[in-house]
Amino acid sequence: MAGRSSSVRSRCTKAREGALAIETVASDAHRAIEAIWRIESARLIAGLARLAGDIGTAEELAQDALVAALEQWPTSGVPERPGAWLMATAKHRATDLIRRRKTLGRKYEELGREVERDQGGTDQDTTTDEEFGDDLLGLIFMACHPVLSKDARVSLTLRVLGGLTTEEIARAFLVPVSSIAQRIVRAKRTLTETHVRFEVPRGRERVARLASVLEVIYLIFNEGYAATAGEDWVRPALCEEALRLGRILAELAPTEPEVHGLVALMEIHASRLDARVASSGEPVLLLDQDRGRWDRLLIRRGLAALDRAEKLGGAMGPYALQAAIAACHARAATAAQTDWPRIVALYDAVAELAPSPVVELNRAVAVGMAFGPAAGLELVDALVSLPSLKAYHLLPAARGDLLRKLGRFREARAEFERAASLTENARERELMQRRAAECAAERIAQDER
Amino acid sequence: MRVLVLAKEGEPGKAATPPTPEAMAEYQKFNEELVKAGVVVASGRLSPSAQGKRVRFDGKKRSVIDGPFPETKELVGGYWLWEVRSIDEALEWLKRAPFDGGTFELRQVSMHEGA
Repeated sequence: MAGRSSSVRSRCTKAREGALAIETVASDAHRAIEAIWRIESARLIAGLARLAGDIGTAEELAQDALVAALEQWPTSGVPERPGAWLMATAKHRATDLIRRRKTLGRKYEELGREVERDQGGTDQDTTTDEEFGDDLLGLIFMACHPVLSKDARVSLTLRVLGGLTTEEIARAFLVPVSSIAQRIVRAKRTLTETHVRFEVPRGRERVARLASVLEVIYLIFNEGYAATAGEDWVRPALCEEALRLGRILAELAPTEPEVHGLVALMEIHASRLDARVASSGEPVLLLDQDRGRWDRLLIRRGLAALDRAEKLGGAMGPYALQAAIAACHARAATAAQTDWPRIVALYDAVAELAPSPVVELNRAVAVGMAFGPAAGLELVDALVSLPSLKAYHLLPAARGDLLRKLGRFREARAEFERAASLTENARERELMQRRAAECAAERIAQDER
Repeated sequence: MRVLVLAKEGEPGKAATPPTPEAMAEYQKFNEELVKAGVVVASGRLSPSAQGKRVRFDGKKRSVIDGPFPETKELVGGYWLWEVRSIDEALEWLKRAPFDGGTFELRQVSMHEGA
Protein backbone atom coordinates (compact mmCIF):
# COMPACT_ATOMS: atom_id res chain seq x y z
CA MET A 1 0.00 0.00 0.00
CA ALA A 2 2.69 2.34 1.06
CA GLY A 3 4.49 1.73 -2.21
CA ARG A 4 1.39 2.32 -4.28
CA SER A 5 0.39 5.46 -2.53
CA SER A 6 3.88 6.82 -2.86
CA SER A 7 3.94 6.05 -6.56
CA VAL A 8 0.54 7.74 -6.97
CA ARG A 9 1.88 10.66 -5.07
CA SER A 10 4.96 10.77 -7.21
CA ARG A 11 2.84 10.57 -10.34
CA CYS A 12 0.65 13.42 -9.05
CA THR A 13 3.73 15.41 -8.17
CA LYS A 14 5.14 14.78 -11.61
CA ALA A 15 1.89 15.87 -13.24
CA ARG A 16 1.87 18.96 -11.08
CA GLU A 17 5.48 19.67 -11.88
CA GLY A 18 4.70 19.23 -15.55
CA ALA A 19 1.80 21.64 -15.34
CA LEU A 20 3.98 24.01 -13.38
CA ALA A 21 6.71 23.78 -15.99
CA ILE A 22 4.22 24.59 -18.75
CA GLU A 23 2.88 27.46 -16.70
CA THR A 24 6.40 28.72 -16.06
CA VAL A 25 7.16 28.61 -19.77
CA ALA A 26 3.92 30.48 -20.48
CA SER A 27 4.51 33.09 -17.80
CA ASP A 28 8.14 33.49 -18.90
CA ALA A 29 6.92 34.05 -22.44
CA HIS A 30 4.30 36.52 -21.23
CA ARG A 31 6.87 38.45 -19.27
CA ALA A 32 9.14 38.52 -22.30
CA ILE A 33 6.26 39.71 -24.49
CA GLU A 34 5.39 42.41 -21.97
CA ALA A 35 8.99 43.61 -21.97
CA ILE A 36 9.19 43.52 -25.77
CA TRP A 37 5.93 45.45 -25.94
CA ARG A 38 7.43 48.14 -23.72
CA ILE A 39 10.43 48.37 -26.01
CA GLU A 40 8.61 48.21 -29.34
CA SER A 41 5.12 49.65 -28.86
CA ALA A 42 5.95 53.33 -29.37
CA ARG A 43 7.87 52.68 -32.58
CA LEU A 44 5.19 50.27 -33.76
CA ILE A 45 2.33 52.69 -33.10
CA ALA A 46 4.37 55.52 -34.63
CA GLY A 47 5.01 53.61 -37.85
CA LEU A 48 1.36 52.58 -38.08
CA ALA A 49 0.14 56.09 -37.27
CA ARG A 50 2.18 57.43 -40.18
CA LEU A 51 0.44 54.92 -42.46
CA ALA A 52 -3.03 55.26 -41.00
CA GLY A 53 -2.88 58.96 -40.24
CA ASP A 54 -4.52 58.51 -36.87
CA ILE A 55 -3.49 57.18 -33.49
CA GLY A 56 -6.71 55.27 -32.82
CA THR A 57 -6.36 52.97 -35.82
CA ALA A 58 -2.62 52.62 -35.23
CA GLU A 59 -3.14 51.56 -31.64
CA GLU A 60 -5.86 49.09 -32.60
CA LEU A 61 -3.60 47.46 -35.18
CA ALA A 62 -0.70 47.37 -32.74
CA GLN A 63 -2.92 45.77 -30.09
CA ASP A 64 -4.01 43.15 -32.65
CA ALA A 65 -0.38 42.33 -33.27
CA LEU A 66 0.21 42.06 -29.52
CA VAL A 67 -2.70 39.64 -29.17
CA ALA A 68 -1.26 37.55 -32.01
CA ALA A 69 2.11 37.50 -30.24
CA LEU A 70 0.47 36.41 -26.98
CA GLU A 71 -1.23 33.58 -28.86
CA GLN A 72 1.75 32.40 -30.87
CA TRP A 73 4.99 33.18 -29.08
CA PRO A 74 4.45 30.99 -26.01
CA THR A 75 4.52 27.93 -28.30
CA SER A 76 6.54 29.13 -31.31
CA GLY A 77 9.09 31.04 -29.28
CA VAL A 78 9.97 34.72 -29.56
CA PRO A 79 11.02 35.55 -33.14
CA GLU A 80 14.53 36.79 -33.74
CA ARG A 81 13.34 40.26 -34.71
CA PRO A 82 10.24 40.74 -32.59
CA GLY A 83 9.76 44.37 -33.63
CA ALA A 84 9.70 43.51 -37.33
CA TRP A 85 7.35 40.57 -36.61
CA LEU A 86 4.90 42.82 -34.77
CA MET A 87 5.00 45.41 -37.54
CA ALA A 88 4.47 42.82 -40.30
CA THR A 89 1.58 41.27 -38.34
CA ALA A 90 -0.02 44.67 -37.75
CA LYS A 91 0.21 45.45 -41.45
CA HIS A 92 -1.44 42.12 -42.30
CA ARG A 93 -4.24 43.03 -39.93
CA ALA A 94 -4.50 46.37 -41.68
CA THR A 95 -5.03 44.59 -44.98
CA ASP A 96 -7.71 42.39 -43.36
CA LEU A 97 -9.31 45.45 -41.86
CA ILE A 98 -9.50 47.10 -45.25
CA ARG A 99 -11.11 44.04 -46.78
CA ARG A 100 -13.65 43.83 -44.01
CA ARG A 101 -14.41 47.50 -43.79
CA LYS A 102 -14.02 48.50 -47.40
CA THR A 103 -17.33 50.32 -47.19
CA LEU A 104 -16.24 52.23 -44.15
CA GLY A 105 -14.63 54.82 -46.30
CA ARG A 106 -11.61 56.63 -47.40
CA LYS A 107 -9.46 56.28 -44.33
CA TYR A 108 -8.98 52.56 -44.76
CA GLU A 109 -8.63 52.78 -48.51
CA GLU A 110 -5.84 55.26 -48.01
CA LEU A 111 -4.30 53.01 -45.42
CA GLY A 112 -4.56 50.11 -47.85
CA ARG A 113 -2.72 51.98 -50.56
CA GLU A 114 -0.06 53.02 -48.08
CA VAL A 115 0.39 49.49 -46.82
CA GLU A 116 0.59 48.11 -50.38
CA ARG A 117 3.08 50.78 -51.36
CA ASP A 118 5.04 50.02 -48.24
CA GLN A 119 5.08 46.31 -48.88
CA GLY A 120 5.50 46.55 -52.64
CA GLY A 121 9.01 45.27 -53.17
CA THR A 122 10.40 46.73 -49.99
CA ASP A 123 11.49 44.69 -47.04
CA GLN A 124 10.49 45.71 -43.50
CA ASP A 125 14.15 45.92 -42.63
CA THR A 126 14.84 48.73 -45.04
CA THR A 127 13.16 51.24 -42.74
CA THR A 128 16.09 53.30 -41.58
CA ASP A 129 16.65 54.46 -38.04
CA GLU A 130 16.10 57.99 -39.23
CA GLU A 131 12.64 57.15 -40.53
CA PHE A 132 11.86 55.42 -37.26
CA GLY A 133 13.01 58.56 -35.49
CA ASP A 134 10.80 60.77 -37.61
CA ASP A 135 7.83 58.49 -36.99
CA LEU A 136 8.43 58.61 -33.26
CA LEU A 137 8.77 62.38 -33.32
CA GLY A 138 5.55 62.62 -35.36
CA LEU A 139 3.76 60.50 -32.78
CA ILE A 140 5.05 62.65 -29.91
CA PHE A 141 3.86 65.83 -31.63
CA MET A 142 0.48 64.26 -32.34
CA ALA A 143 -0.11 62.94 -28.81
CA CYS A 144 0.92 66.30 -27.35
CA HIS A 145 -1.11 68.39 -29.79
CA PRO A 146 -2.30 71.67 -28.22
CA VAL A 147 -5.85 70.95 -29.42
CA LEU A 148 -6.02 68.44 -26.53
CA SER A 149 -6.41 69.32 -22.87
CA LYS A 150 -3.35 68.90 -20.62
CA ASP A 151 -4.84 65.83 -18.94
CA ALA A 152 -5.64 64.26 -22.30
CA ARG A 153 -2.12 64.92 -23.63
CA VAL A 154 -0.53 63.40 -20.53
CA SER A 155 -2.68 60.25 -20.65
CA LEU A 156 -2.29 59.73 -24.38
CA THR A 157 1.48 60.27 -24.21
CA LEU A 158 1.93 57.76 -21.40
CA ARG A 159 -0.25 55.31 -23.26
CA VAL A 160 1.18 55.43 -26.77
CA LEU A 161 4.75 56.57 -26.05
CA GLY A 162 5.31 55.12 -22.60
CA GLY A 163 3.57 51.84 -23.40
CA LEU A 164 1.68 52.07 -20.09
CA THR A 165 -1.69 50.42 -19.73
CA THR A 166 -4.77 52.43 -18.84
CA GLU A 167 -4.70 50.76 -15.40
CA GLU A 168 -1.08 51.80 -14.83
CA ILE A 169 -1.81 55.41 -15.79
CA ALA A 170 -4.87 55.46 -13.54
CA ARG A 171 -2.84 54.08 -10.63
CA ALA A 172 -0.09 56.65 -11.19
CA PHE A 173 -2.51 59.55 -11.09
CA LEU A 174 -4.88 58.08 -8.48
CA VAL A 175 -7.77 58.48 -10.89
CA PRO A 176 -10.43 55.85 -11.65
CA VAL A 177 -9.52 53.61 -14.60
CA SER A 178 -12.72 54.61 -16.38
CA SER A 179 -11.73 58.30 -16.35
CA ILE A 180 -8.36 57.60 -17.96
CA ALA A 181 -9.97 55.29 -20.54
CA GLN A 182 -12.48 57.99 -21.34
CA ARG A 183 -9.78 60.64 -21.59
CA ILE A 184 -7.84 58.53 -24.09
CA VAL A 185 -10.91 57.72 -26.19
CA ARG A 186 -11.94 61.38 -26.26
CA ALA A 187 -8.41 62.50 -27.09
CA LYS A 188 -8.25 60.17 -30.08
CA ARG A 189 -11.67 61.34 -31.23
CA THR A 190 -10.66 64.99 -30.91
CA LEU A 191 -7.53 64.38 -32.97
CA THR A 192 -9.62 62.77 -35.72
CA GLU A 193 -12.38 65.37 -35.63
CA THR A 194 -9.99 68.31 -35.76
CA HIS A 195 -8.04 66.63 -38.59
CA VAL A 196 -4.73 66.77 -36.78
CA ARG A 197 -2.16 65.49 -39.23
CA PHE A 198 0.65 63.07 -38.52
CA GLU A 199 3.68 65.25 -39.09
CA VAL A 200 6.85 66.71 -37.69
CA PRO A 201 6.05 70.42 -37.69
CA ARG A 202 8.66 72.82 -39.05
CA GLY A 203 9.45 76.49 -38.72
CA ARG A 204 7.31 78.71 -36.56
CA GLU A 205 4.69 76.11 -35.80
CA ARG A 206 7.40 73.82 -34.45
CA VAL A 207 8.25 76.22 -31.62
CA ALA A 208 4.70 76.28 -30.27
CA ARG A 209 4.18 72.55 -30.80
CA LEU A 210 7.48 71.71 -29.12
CA ALA A 211 6.52 73.84 -26.12
CA SER A 212 3.39 71.71 -25.78
CA VAL A 213 5.47 68.50 -25.88
CA LEU A 214 7.89 69.78 -23.24
CA GLU A 215 5.01 70.86 -21.04
CA VAL A 216 3.51 67.36 -21.13
CA ILE A 217 6.81 65.69 -20.21
CA TYR A 218 7.40 68.16 -17.38
CA LEU A 219 3.85 67.66 -16.06
CA ILE A 220 4.46 63.91 -15.89
CA PHE A 221 7.77 64.49 -14.12
CA ASN A 222 6.29 66.89 -11.59
CA GLU A 223 3.40 64.64 -10.74
CA GLY A 224 6.00 62.06 -9.79
CA TYR A 225 8.31 64.54 -8.08
CA ALA A 226 5.76 66.22 -5.81
CA ALA A 227 2.57 64.22 -5.97
CA THR A 228 -0.30 66.67 -5.75
CA ALA A 229 -2.51 64.20 -3.91
CA GLY A 230 -2.42 60.96 -2.01
CA GLU A 231 -0.30 59.29 0.64
CA ASP A 232 3.07 59.28 -1.09
CA TRP A 233 5.15 62.38 -1.47
CA VAL A 234 7.01 61.13 -4.53
CA ARG A 235 6.26 58.54 -7.19
CA PRO A 236 9.64 57.79 -8.77
CA ALA A 237 8.16 55.66 -11.57
CA LEU A 238 6.52 58.73 -13.12
CA CYS A 239 9.78 60.68 -12.85
CA GLU A 240 11.64 57.85 -14.55
CA GLU A 241 9.06 57.70 -17.33
CA ALA A 242 9.29 61.45 -17.93
CA LEU A 243 13.08 61.32 -17.88
CA ARG A 244 13.07 58.49 -20.38
CA LEU A 245 10.76 60.45 -22.71
CA GLY A 246 12.98 63.51 -22.31
CA ARG A 247 16.15 61.56 -23.07
CA ILE A 248 14.52 60.02 -26.16
CA LEU A 249 13.35 63.44 -27.33
CA ALA A 250 16.85 64.87 -26.82
CA GLU A 251 18.20 62.26 -29.25
CA LEU A 252 15.36 62.84 -31.74
CA ALA A 253 15.65 66.63 -31.68
CA PRO A 254 19.27 67.25 -30.69
CA THR A 255 19.39 70.83 -31.98
CA GLU A 256 16.59 72.12 -29.74
CA PRO A 257 18.18 73.85 -26.74
CA GLU A 258 15.01 73.77 -24.65
CA VAL A 259 14.77 69.98 -24.95
CA HIS A 260 18.22 69.74 -23.36
CA GLY A 261 17.16 72.41 -20.87
CA LEU A 262 14.19 70.31 -19.78
CA VAL A 263 16.30 67.15 -19.61
CA ALA A 264 18.88 69.00 -17.50
CA LEU A 265 16.17 70.24 -15.17
CA MET A 266 14.68 66.76 -14.75
CA GLU A 267 18.05 65.02 -14.30
CA ILE A 268 19.12 67.44 -11.57
CA HIS A 269 15.76 67.31 -9.79
CA ALA A 270 15.72 63.52 -10.05
CA SER A 271 19.17 63.42 -8.41
CA ARG A 272 17.43 64.49 -5.19
CA LEU A 273 14.60 61.96 -5.27
CA ASP A 274 16.19 59.79 -2.63
CA ALA A 275 17.17 62.67 -0.36
CA ARG A 276 13.85 64.46 -0.38
CA VAL A 277 11.97 61.74 1.47
CA ALA A 278 12.75 60.89 5.12
CA SER A 279 12.62 57.24 6.17
CA SER A 280 9.26 58.09 7.78
CA GLY A 281 7.97 59.08 4.33
CA GLU A 282 7.87 62.77 5.22
CA PRO A 283 9.21 65.30 2.71
CA VAL A 284 12.65 66.78 3.34
CA LEU A 285 12.93 70.26 1.84
CA LEU A 286 15.87 71.18 -0.37
CA LEU A 287 17.98 73.05 2.16
CA ASP A 288 17.54 70.36 4.83
CA GLN A 289 18.52 67.49 2.54
CA ASP A 290 21.58 65.31 3.11
CA ARG A 291 23.56 66.21 0.00
CA GLY A 292 25.55 63.02 0.29
CA ARG A 293 22.40 61.22 -0.85
CA TRP A 294 22.10 63.22 -4.04
CA ASP A 295 22.71 61.07 -7.08
CA ARG A 296 26.02 62.36 -8.49
CA LEU A 297 25.55 60.52 -11.77
CA LEU A 298 22.26 62.29 -12.47
CA ILE A 299 23.77 65.62 -11.44
CA ARG A 300 26.61 65.08 -13.89
CA ARG A 301 24.15 64.12 -16.63
CA GLY A 302 22.06 67.19 -15.81
CA LEU A 303 25.03 69.54 -15.93
CA ALA A 304 26.10 67.98 -19.25
CA ALA A 305 22.61 68.49 -20.69
CA LEU A 306 22.62 72.11 -19.48
CA ASP A 307 25.98 72.54 -21.15
CA ARG A 308 24.53 71.17 -24.41
CA ALA A 309 21.63 73.63 -24.18
CA GLU A 310 24.01 76.55 -23.58
CA LYS A 311 26.36 75.51 -26.40
CA LEU A 312 23.49 75.54 -28.90
CA GLY A 313 23.47 79.28 -28.32
CA GLY A 314 20.72 81.85 -28.31
CA ALA A 315 18.97 83.21 -25.25
CA MET A 316 18.23 80.60 -22.61
CA GLY A 317 14.64 79.41 -22.54
CA PRO A 318 12.55 78.92 -19.40
CA TYR A 319 13.56 75.26 -18.92
CA ALA A 320 17.28 75.93 -19.36
CA LEU A 321 17.01 78.84 -16.91
CA GLN A 322 15.27 76.69 -14.33
CA ALA A 323 17.90 74.02 -14.92
CA ALA A 324 20.58 76.65 -14.31
CA ILE A 325 18.89 77.44 -10.99
CA ALA A 326 18.78 73.75 -10.09
CA ALA A 327 22.46 73.55 -11.07
CA CYS A 328 23.31 76.30 -8.54
CA HIS A 329 21.97 74.04 -5.80
CA ALA A 330 23.62 70.95 -7.26
CA ARG A 331 27.03 72.64 -7.33
CA ALA A 332 26.86 73.87 -3.72
CA ALA A 333 28.54 71.38 -1.38
CA THR A 334 26.48 72.67 1.55
CA ALA A 335 23.22 74.63 1.70
CA ALA A 336 25.14 77.60 3.16
CA GLN A 337 27.38 77.72 0.07
CA THR A 338 24.46 78.27 -2.31
CA ASP A 339 24.98 81.17 -4.71
CA TRP A 340 21.69 82.92 -3.89
CA PRO A 341 22.41 86.22 -5.69
CA ARG A 342 22.92 84.22 -8.93
CA ILE A 343 19.67 82.36 -8.30
CA VAL A 344 17.86 85.69 -7.87
CA ALA A 345 19.35 86.89 -11.18
CA LEU A 346 18.23 83.69 -12.92
CA TYR A 347 14.71 84.07 -11.50
CA ASP A 348 14.71 87.64 -12.83
CA ALA A 349 15.38 86.20 -16.28
CA VAL A 350 12.67 83.54 -15.88
CA ALA A 351 10.19 86.18 -14.69
CA GLU A 352 10.92 88.28 -17.74
CA LEU A 353 10.57 85.35 -20.15
CA ALA A 354 7.68 83.48 -18.62
CA PRO A 355 6.16 85.64 -15.89
CA SER A 356 3.95 83.81 -13.42
CA PRO A 357 2.95 84.27 -9.78
CA VAL A 358 4.70 80.98 -8.89
CA VAL A 359 7.96 82.25 -10.40
CA GLU A 360 7.52 85.50 -8.43
CA LEU A 361 7.07 83.49 -5.26
CA ASN A 362 10.22 81.46 -5.91
CA ARG A 363 12.11 84.64 -6.67
CA ALA A 364 10.89 86.16 -3.40
CA VAL A 365 12.18 83.13 -1.48
CA ALA A 366 15.57 83.45 -3.22
CA VAL A 367 15.67 87.17 -2.37
CA GLY A 368 14.95 86.23 1.24
CA MET A 369 17.95 83.90 1.20
CA ALA A 370 20.25 86.34 -0.61
CA PHE A 371 19.32 89.61 1.04
CA GLY A 372 17.56 88.67 4.27
CA PRO A 373 14.08 87.53 5.31
CA ALA A 374 12.66 91.06 5.53
CA ALA A 375 13.39 91.71 1.85
CA GLY A 376 11.85 88.37 0.93
CA LEU A 377 8.77 88.94 3.05
CA GLU A 378 8.12 92.28 1.41
CA LEU A 379 7.94 90.56 -1.99
CA VAL A 380 5.84 87.66 -0.73
CA ASP A 381 3.36 90.07 0.91
CA ALA A 382 2.79 91.67 -2.48
CA LEU A 383 1.64 88.29 -3.80
CA VAL A 384 -0.83 87.45 -1.02
CA SER A 385 -3.76 89.17 -2.68
CA LEU A 386 -3.29 87.47 -6.07
CA PRO A 387 -6.35 85.33 -6.82
CA SER A 388 -4.29 82.69 -8.67
CA LEU A 389 -2.28 81.98 -5.51
CA LYS A 390 -5.28 81.94 -3.14
CA ALA A 391 -5.27 78.15 -2.83
CA TYR A 392 -1.53 77.63 -3.45
CA HIS A 393 -0.17 76.04 -0.27
CA LEU A 394 3.44 76.99 -0.94
CA LEU A 395 2.61 80.70 -0.54
CA PRO A 396 1.71 80.46 3.17
CA ALA A 397 4.52 77.91 3.57
CA ALA A 398 7.09 80.40 2.22
CA ARG A 399 5.57 83.27 4.21
CA GLY A 400 5.64 81.14 7.35
CA ASP A 401 9.29 80.40 6.79
CA LEU A 402 10.23 84.06 6.42
CA LEU A 403 8.12 85.13 9.42
CA ARG A 404 9.74 82.42 11.51
CA LYS A 405 13.21 83.67 10.59
CA LEU A 406 12.13 87.15 11.65
CA GLY A 407 11.04 85.74 15.04
CA ARG A 408 7.35 86.41 14.37
CA PHE A 409 6.33 82.93 15.54
CA ARG A 410 2.62 83.51 16.11
CA GLU A 411 2.07 84.71 12.54
CA ALA A 412 4.39 81.99 11.20
CA ARG A 413 2.39 79.29 12.97
CA ALA A 414 -0.87 80.57 11.44
CA GLU A 415 0.72 80.47 7.98
CA PHE A 416 1.96 76.89 8.37
CA GLU A 417 -1.48 75.84 9.57
CA ARG A 418 -2.97 77.48 6.52
CA ALA A 419 -0.50 75.67 4.26
CA ALA A 420 -1.41 72.38 5.96
CA SER A 421 -5.10 72.97 5.27
CA LEU A 422 -4.45 73.78 1.61
CA THR A 423 -2.24 70.88 0.52
CA GLU A 424 -3.87 67.71 -0.77
CA ASN A 425 -0.80 65.62 -0.08
CA ALA A 426 -0.95 63.80 3.24
CA ARG A 427 2.83 63.76 3.76
CA GLU A 428 3.20 67.44 3.05
CA ARG A 429 0.34 68.20 5.43
CA GLU A 430 2.19 66.40 8.24
CA LEU A 431 5.32 68.44 7.55
CA MET A 432 3.40 71.73 7.65
CA GLN A 433 1.66 70.73 10.86
CA ARG A 434 5.02 69.91 12.42
CA ARG A 435 6.39 73.32 11.39
CA ALA A 436 3.34 74.98 12.98
CA ALA A 437 3.94 73.06 16.22
CA GLU A 438 7.62 74.06 16.21
CA CYS A 439 6.61 77.71 15.84
CA ALA A 440 4.22 77.36 18.76
CA ALA A 441 7.03 75.94 20.92
CA GLU A 442 9.46 78.66 19.80
CA ARG A 443 6.90 81.31 20.73
CA ILE A 444 6.57 79.94 24.27
CA ALA A 445 10.37 79.89 24.57
CA GLN A 446 10.46 83.48 23.32
CA ASP A 447 7.89 84.58 25.89
CA GLU A 448 9.85 82.95 28.68
CA ARG A 449 13.03 84.81 27.81
CA MET B 1 14.94 50.82 -12.22
CA ARG B 2 18.65 50.71 -12.80
CA VAL B 3 20.35 47.61 -14.03
CA LEU B 4 24.12 47.12 -14.11
CA VAL B 5 25.25 45.08 -17.09
CA LEU B 6 28.60 43.42 -16.48
CA ALA B 7 30.41 42.16 -19.56
CA LYS B 8 32.33 39.10 -18.45
CA GLU B 9 34.26 38.74 -21.63
CA GLY B 10 37.48 37.58 -20.06
CA GLU B 11 40.72 39.52 -20.08
CA PRO B 12 40.23 42.75 -22.08
CA GLY B 13 42.32 42.89 -25.23
CA LYS B 14 43.09 39.18 -24.99
CA ALA B 15 40.33 37.96 -27.29
CA ALA B 16 41.34 35.04 -29.54
CA THR B 17 40.35 37.01 -32.60
CA PRO B 18 40.24 40.80 -32.49
CA PRO B 19 36.82 42.24 -33.41
CA THR B 20 36.38 42.94 -37.11
CA PRO B 21 35.38 46.44 -38.23
CA GLU B 22 31.96 44.99 -39.15
CA ALA B 23 31.49 43.60 -35.65
CA MET B 24 32.55 46.94 -34.17
CA ALA B 25 30.08 48.79 -36.39
CA GLU B 26 27.32 46.39 -35.38
CA TYR B 27 28.12 46.91 -31.73
CA GLN B 28 28.10 50.68 -32.17
CA LYS B 29 24.74 50.50 -33.89
CA PHE B 30 23.34 48.51 -30.99
CA ASN B 31 24.78 50.93 -28.45
CA GLU B 32 23.32 53.88 -30.37
CA GLU B 33 19.92 52.24 -30.38
CA LEU B 34 20.15 51.87 -26.61
CA VAL B 35 21.08 55.53 -26.18
CA LYS B 36 18.25 56.63 -28.48
CA ALA B 37 15.79 54.60 -26.44
CA GLY B 38 16.92 56.44 -23.32
CA VAL B 39 18.23 53.21 -21.80
CA VAL B 40 21.94 53.93 -21.27
CA VAL B 41 22.73 56.08 -18.24
CA ALA B 42 26.45 55.35 -18.10
CA SER B 43 28.95 52.99 -19.66
CA GLY B 44 32.63 52.23 -19.70
CA ARG B 45 35.36 49.81 -20.77
CA LEU B 46 37.96 48.50 -18.36
CA SER B 47 41.70 48.30 -18.89
CA PRO B 48 43.42 44.90 -18.70
CA SER B 49 43.57 43.47 -15.21
CA ALA B 50 47.39 43.73 -15.32
CA GLN B 51 46.84 47.42 -14.56
CA GLY B 52 44.33 46.63 -11.82
CA LYS B 53 44.81 46.24 -8.10
CA ARG B 54 42.92 44.44 -5.39
CA VAL B 55 42.74 45.36 -1.74
CA ARG B 56 41.83 42.63 0.69
CA PHE B 57 40.47 43.61 4.11
CA ASP B 58 41.07 41.34 7.07
CA GLY B 59 40.29 43.04 10.37
CA LYS B 60 42.75 45.93 10.57
CA LYS B 61 44.98 44.45 7.91
CA ARG B 62 44.92 45.61 4.29
CA SER B 63 46.82 43.65 1.69
CA VAL B 64 47.26 44.89 -1.86
CA ILE B 65 47.31 42.39 -4.69
CA ASP B 66 48.61 43.48 -8.07
CA GLY B 67 47.02 42.35 -11.34
CA PRO B 68 46.77 40.42 -13.61
CA PHE B 69 44.06 38.40 -11.89
CA PRO B 70 43.83 34.65 -12.43
CA GLU B 71 40.09 33.94 -12.86
CA THR B 72 40.08 35.15 -16.46
CA LYS B 73 36.61 33.91 -17.41
CA GLU B 74 35.01 35.91 -14.62
CA LEU B 75 36.85 39.14 -15.43
CA VAL B 76 34.71 42.14 -16.22
CA GLY B 77 35.76 43.89 -19.42
CA GLY B 78 33.16 46.62 -19.43
CA TYR B 79 29.89 47.77 -17.98
CA TRP B 80 26.68 49.55 -18.78
CA LEU B 81 24.28 51.19 -16.41
CA TRP B 82 20.80 50.94 -17.87
CA GLU B 83 17.56 52.61 -16.87
CA VAL B 84 14.68 50.25 -17.67
CA ARG B 85 11.25 49.49 -16.29
CA SER B 86 11.85 45.86 -15.45
CA ILE B 87 14.61 43.28 -15.41
CA ASP B 88 12.75 41.56 -18.26
CA GLU B 89 13.10 44.68 -20.37
CA ALA B 90 16.85 44.67 -19.71
CA LEU B 91 16.95 41.00 -20.65
CA GLU B 92 15.16 41.66 -23.95
CA TRP B 93 17.57 44.47 -24.78
CA LEU B 94 20.58 42.36 -23.92
CA LYS B 95 19.38 39.48 -26.10
CA ARG B 96 19.55 41.83 -29.07
CA ALA B 97 23.23 42.58 -28.55
CA PRO B 98 25.43 41.43 -31.44
CA PHE B 99 27.91 39.53 -29.26
CA ASP B 100 29.07 36.04 -30.15
CA GLY B 101 30.94 35.21 -26.97
CA GLY B 102 31.25 35.96 -23.28
CA THR B 103 28.77 36.02 -20.42
CA PHE B 104 26.80 39.12 -19.58
CA GLU B 105 25.43 39.56 -16.12
CA LEU B 106 22.38 41.69 -15.27
CA ARG B 107 22.17 43.03 -11.73
CA GLN B 108 19.47 45.34 -10.43
CA VAL B 109 20.83 48.35 -8.55
CA SER B 110 19.00 49.04 -5.27
CA MET B 111 18.17 52.71 -5.37
CA HIS B 112 15.21 54.61 -4.03
CA GLU B 113 14.02 53.23 -0.76
CA GLY B 114 10.61 51.77 -1.24
CA ALA B 115 10.87 51.90 -5.02
